[in-house]
Amino acid sequence: MKSSEVFNIAWAAILKNKVRSLLTMLGIIIGVGAVIVMVAISAGTEATINEEINSLGANLVFVQSTFTRGGASGMPEGGLVYDDAAAIADGVDGVSGVVVEQSASQTIKAGGVVLDAVTLLGSTADFPSVRDMSIADGRYFNDLEVDRNQKIAVLGSSLAEELFGETDPIGQDITVGTTRLVVIGVLEEKGLVGDVDYDSRLYMPISVVLDKFTQSQFSRIMGDRVRLIYVEVEDQENLDDIILQIQLLLAKRHDLPLEEADFTVTTQQDIIGTQEATTAAFRSLLGWVAGVSLIVGGIGIMNIMLVSVTERTREIGIRQSIGATPNDIRWQFLTEALLLSLVGGLIGVVFGVGGAWIFGSVSGMRTVVVTESIILAFSSAAIVGAFFGFYPANKAAELDPIEALRHE
Amino acid sequence: MTARAIIETKDLTQIYGMGDARVAALDGVSISVHDGEFVAIMGPSGSGKSTLMNILGCLSRPTSGAYYLDSETVSELDKVELAAIRNKKIGYIFQSYNLLSRTTALDNVILPLQYDRETERTTEERIDVATKVLNMVGLVDRIKHQPQELSGGQQQRVAIARALVNNPVLIMADEPTGNLDSKSGAEIMQLLHDLHDEGATIVMVTHSTEIASHTERTIHLLDGKIDKIIGNGKKATK
Repeated sequence: MKSSEVFNIAWAAILKNKVRSLLTMLGIIIGVGAVIVMVAISAGTEATINEEINSLGANLVFVQSTFTRGGASGMPEGGLVYDDAAAIADGVDGVSGVVVEQSASQTIKAGGVVLDAVTLLGSTADFPSVRDMSIADGRYFNDLEVDRNQKIAVLGSSLAEELFGETDPIGQDITVGTTRLVVIGVLEEKGLVGDVDYDSRLYMPISVVLDKFTQSQFSRIMGDRVRLIYVEVEDQENLDDIILQIQLLLAKRHDLPLEEADFTVTTQQDIIGTQEATTAAFRSLLGWVAGVSLIVGGIGIMNIMLVSVTERTREIGIRQSIGATPNDIRWQFLTEALLLSLVGGLIGVVFGVGGAWIFGSVSGMRTVVVTESIILAFSSAAIVGAFFGFYPANKAAELDPIEALRHE
Repeated sequence: MTARAIIETKDLTQIYGMGDARVAALDGVSISVHDGEFVAIMGPSGSGKSTLMNILGCLSRPTSGAYYLDSETVSELDKVELAAIRNKKIGYIFQSYNLLSRTTALDNVILPLQYDRETERTTEERIDVATKVLNMVGLVDRIKHQPQELSGGQQQRVAIARALVNNPVLIMADEPTGNLDSKSGAEIMQLLHDLHDEGATIVMVTHSTEIASHTERTIHLLDGKIDKIIGNGKKATK
């Protein structure tokens, strides 16, 4: 029998029981679809995080506060202070930049334009270099201006556009809350990184933000405490040495032994490593989920193929009596099982790709459909079909023609 | 004048069951059917005629004994070889027609051609061959109908066409009129006699002495053995 004829018989058998065939395929559809959607979510998350990490700038070391238990005031004690940043810049070799950031939110007025809830980012002077930002126009502020609490500001590119349009913003006044600042520069467009829009923010010396715009009581009591210091390293080779220097310096400044340090030092590599470990764990979980659902789908196919063999025992007998060999019968049922799983796989791919897109647009999470996941899921479906289709097909092939013909 | 033997059996024995439950459904049956002969097999139920039919039709193999079909020792063939023999050398006509449901008369008749490995035919050639055979058995305008749309007599004609399509050396008919009213039954028997007159070798199981009496010989089976063989006098006209 020609393979095209075998295919036609199998296809006709599937179409004869449309609902049953569809229900049989459901396991495969869900399995394949789930793999594609989940891999798309995982790949999307990974891409976002990678972009975020890269956008932070290369060769970064993060010094973070670990607050100790509340003291007499009930507020956390210890941790990093603003001056620690300057100390690292001055006291550690091989450091090319140190940045401390403090954000706030304020209403901004300039000319006739009023913008509510604009994010203010107070930083030290090394910010553009450490965070990989460039100046489009004018300049960023320097250390002296930070120290002197100068009322100056640098605009993100889209913020500049919104406030001043075609007008050159350099030298113009803006009112932030109730404070007047002079614009000294505009940043190059950076775009959206993760959830952060770097272009809509207003940048100013951290001293100004701490002084004028951190309104909460918590912040005020915390005073010059900072949560995070970004340290840019000149050369990756010296990373371990620099980390040790920072630890020793800060421990000495805080008057604590290293074991009881109120801060931690991590590198981008640590973050990437953690991210990779998380992703790997997620991937292997995905693998299990997909594997289990495909096996369940395969058992569904085997079950329905066994039913089909029983239902069509008479037909098998007729075919045998007019010359079908065991292999003819085996191929016919194997083809049917394969077709079920492949059509199921195909529907699963459509649902998976569509599902990833819908999930992405509904949840706002980024999803990236990975071609390999489609190929993997689809070929797994085919293997499952062949594997679970073999037993029923073999059963059909082994039927005794006389018994089969007698079957009602 | 001795015609070539199509069927030749030596001590065919079929044993079912094990140990004390052993039953010999066939017990040393030796028969011979020559080319162009029309033979009826009769016997009460349990006499072994179904078992004999299954062996002669190459649907099963005897426990012991030899069966030569068209000079080939088929009692020693395996499943795959037997399937090829069934396809090329034997045409079956069953009491309950055994057509594939939801499959047109034409496609039912094409089926043996599809399982034929030896002869290369295009789809058009197959349709051509099958249509000719269907016309020959008297079905012209209903070849695109499915079995459930045909009368019993018409279904049996489709089955006969299917049996003939590969030019078999032997036609096995198992109670071919058993499910038909007397008029359709008579028409089907006439068709079989026409085939016989054109030279076909036919072995037919029947319960009806009347139907058997129109064949050349009747083989009576009893308890797995040949009870008697009666010559009926009909001769092939060609």
